[in-house]
Amino acid sequence: MQEPESDKSPEEKPKEQPPPRQRNRAWDLEARGEPFLWGLGGALVLAILMILGFLGIVLYNGAFTFYPKPVETVTLRDGKKVAGELFRTELFKPEPETLHALPAETRAEITQHGGMARRILYRTGNFDLYNEDFRWVSDYEVAGTTTSPGMYFVERLEWGPFIGEVTGLDLNGRTIQGDAAHGAELTRALGEATKRRDRIHDLERNHMGKVNYSIEKERLALKEADLRYGKSSPQYRNAEALHEERTTELNSLYTQFAEEAKSIRERDAKYTILLADVNGKEKKLKLSEIVRLYPANELDTWGRVRVYLARWAEFLTQEPREANTEGGVLPAIFGTFCMTVLLALAVAPFGVVTALYLREYAKQGRLVSLVRICVNNLAGVPSIVYGVFGLGFFAYLVGGTIDEVFFPERLPSPTFGTGGLLWGSLTLALLTVPVVIVATEEALAAVPQSMREGSLACGASKWQTIKYIVLPRAMPGIMTGLILAMARGAGEVAPLMLVGVVKMAPELPIDSIFPYVHLERSFMHLGFHIYDVGFQSRNSEAAKPMVYVTTLLLITLVFMMNAASVFLRNRLKKKFFTGHF
Amino acid sequence: MRRATETEETVYHPKKGPEGTLLSIEDFNLWYGKSQALFDVTLNIEKGLVTALIGPSGCGKSTLLRAINRMNDLIDGLTTTGSIRFDGTDIYAPNVDVIALRKTMGMVFQKPNPFPMSIADNVAYPLRVDGVRDRKVIRETVESAIKSAALWDEVKDRLNESALGLSGGQQQRLCIARAIAAQPEVLLMDEPCSALDPVATAKIEDLIDELRGKFTIVIVTHNMQQAARVSDNTAFMYIGKLVEYGKTSRVFTNPKVDKTMQYVTGIFG
Repeated sequence: MQEPESDKSPEEKPKEQPPPRQRNRAWDLEARGEPFLWGLGGALVLAILMILGFLGIVLYNGAFTFYPKPVETVTLRDGKKVAGELFRTELFKPEPETLHALPAETRAEITQHGGMARRILYRTGNFDLYNEDFRWVSDYEVAGTTTSPGMYFVERLEWGPFIGEVTGLDLNGRTIQGDAAHGAELTRALGEATKRRDRIHDLERNHMGKVNYSIEKERLALKEADLRYGKSSPQYRNAEALHEERTTELNSLYTQFAEEAKSIRERDAKYTILLADVNGKEKKLKLSEIVRLYPANELDTWGRVRVYLARWAEFLTQEPREANTEGGVLPAIFGTFCMTVLLALAVAPFGVVTALYLREYAKQGRLVSLVRICVNNLAGVPSIVYGVFGLGFFAYLVGGTIDEVFFPERLPSPTFGTGGLLWGSLTLALLTVPVVIVATEEALAAVPQSMREGSLACGASKWQTIKYIVLPRAMPGIMTGLILAMARGAGEVAPLMLVGVVKMAPELPIDSIFPYVHLERSFMHLGFHIYDVGFQSRNSEAAKPMVYVTTLLLITLVFMMNAASVFLRNRLKKKFFTGHF
Repeated sequence: MRRATETEETVYHPKKGPEGTLLSIEDFNLWYGKSQALFDVTLNIEKGLVTALIGPSGCGKSTLLRAINRMNDLIDGLTTTGSIRFDGTDIYAPNVDVIALRKTMGMVFQKPNPFPMSIADNVAYPLRVDGVRDRKVIRETVESAIKSAALWDEVKDRLNESALGLSGGQQQRLCIARAIAAQPEVLLMDEPCSALDPVATAKIEDLIDELRGKFTIVIVTHNMQQAARVSDNTAFMYIGKLVEYGKTSRVFTNPKVDKTMQYVTGIFG
């Protein structure tokens, strides 16, 4: 169809057309992709860099803490000597009075550097002699620095490290002086001393501990008879006689062990080592008090690596010493691991069952939406609140009731009625259950409706459909939720401080005493250990490296548990998704 | 049986099955919430024959099919009136065991939906949920069902591999094998070929032809050629109402109702 306008002359046409719209580039940012690509990508890169930076710092500091450093001997201007490991260096501004007392040329040099002087922090050890572990040495105090070959770094059971020379050995009256005291003789004597120490530890902890436990059990059995039958009953008299007999037996056994330990101790005291620090102060130590010693400046690389590995081995397999700042963290590793596994065992059925009901059975309506909102909000409650709840509900209410019903003979000392591994795990399970519910619900929602219909059309019941079709298909997603919950739970400390974590719990939750698994025991946790070592110990400077190492360990542990779950999940995935549409 | 019908336009003289009527749907109305999806549908499905339900999208043919094995129960707010009688018993009666009912009716869906398990396990699924534990019985049933579904030669060497590795057409035949494994009386097919290519479609159609007589088949399709090729009786539905029901050859060549003629000749649809 021809329109009337087309009749107009062609030269009039351009006038009528509106001018081409000019794009305002400054305001048209949204219409172009690149700036947003850079902005969004940049945010991602920044986030990753921060995480990598954090991991890098922890890894760097944690990995090199145990590597032995040389011991420097510093001679000061006033003739005194300081020996120690170089810990760190910094610039500082000396006080005017101090500056005034310095020789003119030193003063000029400091003024040249803008009034700043350098000082070095040495880890000098020998706390028992000087009441300090660390010492600042300013550059202007120093007359000379050497690394003399005779310096030993001695790690002891008490008082922290000793840094000095080995001057002699006294092996049960046989004295060895000078260089002979360093070589094979020392190694052999140390080996024997370690054996004696281990034997004493074994006797006191395991044998005598077991006897003590049995005596306590007998006492409780008697008390139980009292509670059940009354003091005048024949049952009580029987129990009393039995108790008498057994306790005597156990007591004689105890004395036997105690005497063996005493005799070893007496013999042990005769094997000593004589040390001298850099200023000539002498120190006599029992050989068995020495954990490890090495000539810090004479080690070759292999020797250093051996010390490094031995320290890691001690860290991973021993109990803590010296208010947790030295020794190992085995109870903490074990506690963290047990707690996380228990947490996963508790949270998985709870979360999955709840999500199954919400998604598969419940009629989707206002009530279910409300429940869902509540569940999501639970994830935002401060964790310490969960701790308070766990203490009040689990420990005092549930645990207290369990004590009254099952362990009345042990009251008033609580069994389950106080913080413990079980209550800690359950509290954290409560804390992490929203994560599992949300993840499971999403996984269930992602199962295609056609699968459910196919199963129902085959004559399967709803439960059969869930069991055979829905759950297997949703399993990888559920596992993801569990992994998230475990990661969250393993790193949580605040609620645990209320429901079972303690500073020192050498007894592991699993041991050789019946019933082998002791869920009521308090436990140690790596997260709490970090807090305790870093901020509650006598010497924060000495604890800092341990904080890094423990953090590294906690991250590694969480990473390993997650990796194991991811591995499991991927195997499940392979099982259910071997093909494509 | 000639029946007087309320809907004036419905023409009703289907081909008779040799064994009479299996499913009789009477004055069936269905509502999703407040919107009515089926209006007074009345039709008899003959035993042993293939009945095709055709009609434009949204006409209620799938709804009717899913009403037969009560798959619509999954939807909230569903109400029905009227009755569907299966072998004389009303399947919407309150005391009906829906699970048992579904076991007598296999169903094949629009999109192949094999379960994420092995080929053999897929076919054995209806038996397993029915409580059959005898491995020998299961193995034999699986083999015969897969053979009936004309899939045996293609999968006999990989029965323990995942069913998701099969092609679309093979998956759909596997779903048919699964639907007939428990020896149902009725086979309900909801547009079984709409997600398949022509070759796979031809195979499924051949299969339907082979299954004719062994099962009573109700097939929903919007492919009229397919309905013409495979079915004995055809029901044409339009916005929730049954418009015409009769022998397939007659419905396609000589429709009695204008709407049917317009649809089968392609004027709308």
